[in-house]
Amino acid sequence: MSEQGADGGVSGPPSGARDGGGPALALAGVEKKLGGRAVLAGVDLEVSPGETVVVIGRSGCGKSVLLKHVVGLMQPDRGRIQLLGHDVTRFTSGEWRQLRSRVGMVFQGAALFDSLTVGENVALGVRVRRRLPIGEEQALVAEKLAQVGLHDIAGLKPASLSGGMKKRVALARAIATEPEVLLYDEPTTGLDPVMADVINRLIRDLQRRLGLTSVVVTHDMASAYFVGDRIAYLHQGRIHQTGTPQELRDSADPLVRGFVEGRSQSLGAAG
Amino acid sequence: MADENRRPFLEEFPPEEILTETAKTGLAWVGRTILAFFTHTGRIGILFARALGALPALRLHGRQVVDQMSAIGVGSVPLVVIVALFTGAVAAVQAAYQLEGVVPLRYLGAVIMRSVLIELGPVLTALVVGGRVGASIAAEIGTMKVTEQIDALEVLAIDPVRYLVMPRLVAAVIMLPVMTVFADAVAILGGFGVATFSFDQSPHTYTQALKQFFHLKDLTSGLMKAGFFGAIIGLMGCYYGSVTEGGAEGVGLATTRAVVASCVLVLVGDYVLANLLFRVSF
Repeated sequence: MSEQGADGGVSGPPSGARDGGGPALALAGVEKKLGGRAVLAGVDLEVSPGETVVVIGRSGCGKSVLLKHVVGLMQPDRGRIQLLGHDVTRFTSGEWRQLRSRVGMVFQGAALFDSLTVGENVALGVRVRRRLPIGEEQALVAEKLAQVGLHDIAGLKPASLSGGMKKRVALARAIATEPEVLLYDEPTTGLDPVMADVINRLIRDLQRRLGLTSVVVTHDMASAYFVGDRIAYLHQGRIHQTGTPQELRDSADPLVRGFVEGRSQSLGAAG
Repeated sequence: MADENRRPFLEEFPPEEILTETAKTGLAWVGRTILAFFTHTGRIGILFARALGALPALRLHGRQVVDQMSAIGVGSVPLVVIVALFTGAVAAVQAAYQLEGVVPLRYLGAVIMRSVLIELGPVLTALVVGGRVGASIAAEIGTMKVTEQIDALEVLAIDPVRYLVMPRLVAAVIMLPVMTVFADAVAILGGFGVATFSFDQSPHTYTQALKQFFHLKDLTSGLMKAGFFGAIIGLMGCYYGSVTEGGAEGVGLATTRAVVASCVLVLVGDYVLANLLFRVSF
């Protein structure tokens, strides 16, 4: 159903470079056209193991498309993507299914499965990898939910949760498979400032405790400053500037300053 | 500012070129339609092949199959009962009218039974269940697509074809024949009601005709057709759900397309199968 190889089966382990040594994630000259428009026009980005990089940029600039390339939901027209030591640029579905056990993603709208309970949502990714006795599975679900500050909601359906709770359940689902790389698509969008702060602290806390490599896509600058070790500004399909939160704050570049200060004139967006 | 790349409106062409331009526009439409037809057909074929390829994993997804069988079968029972009951009743009235003076009315039960087993039972059940279930499958998968739940499955290393499409397809192929047997029985009962209450036929006469003219092939052929229709309904719902684009409007469009495609293909498939199963050589 997604834009990837159609073999569907699970082949042998992904071939390619051995893990370790290099960056956890590296994109080189990644280009993608959608509907005739160049959404990504040569993205270069490296993320070191254990690092949290925040990708910021205006709405529709291709941040979510960038994440979908990292996790194999889209394939680039040009360029190369390396993930955990493997060149995943032309990975087949089977090869992706092997590697995805080491990658998690929190979607913008949480993307919880409506027909399953919260507990089943959290356990689903684990179930396809190994069969656990019911008691162990319940303990795992309770542990992962507790890590995101939720208790006694495993039996509820996602429809009965608030937006913030859904995001936290999505986070619990993503960490249930114990990934090495975690991707966040607009984790604080649509949340009130207090809940956004809760999510930001969770991201930071998980990164510190579990040593995860994280890529966070957002246009919420408070979130970017709080969770990011580095921030990359995506503009017109390219990484326009990368730096620490302080460097971005102090940037003299009018485009970056305009974005981080929220001034529409400097971005040419007034019209 | 005028768009220089804009294609001129038809009335902006000189009169002598209007016919040529109309033909070009028409040809372009025909070309697009043919291309879209083959694109959809190819994609449906690939989806079907992938669903068949996922069949070895059936045991692992037993719960989803049972859930879908319940949704398709149990959920459709009231609708199927009403449709089948009145289909049988109408068949009795129409048959009596058409047979009057041609065939003795004691054969009424046989006419109703054979038309129900061969044609009315499988086709009407498929159209009714197809409308309800095809729409439901397309809406569910379409909503999952636009809310990124399908992407979430992929990221969790779960094949959406194996997890979503195959169980629905298997459930539809199993449940359509089951629902058809049910519909056949209710329709024959509806005919029995009309025959006994409206035409004063004795129950014995009606059941004798049923026994005398029952051919196992009528039943098995009808059930084969029902299984085939189940595959069409499941596949159309899953396919149009999986290609949903946009938000609520896209889901609505996918639902409509799934139902229309199911109904058309059920009728076309019925004709093809009728030729294969009941061809009479003169």
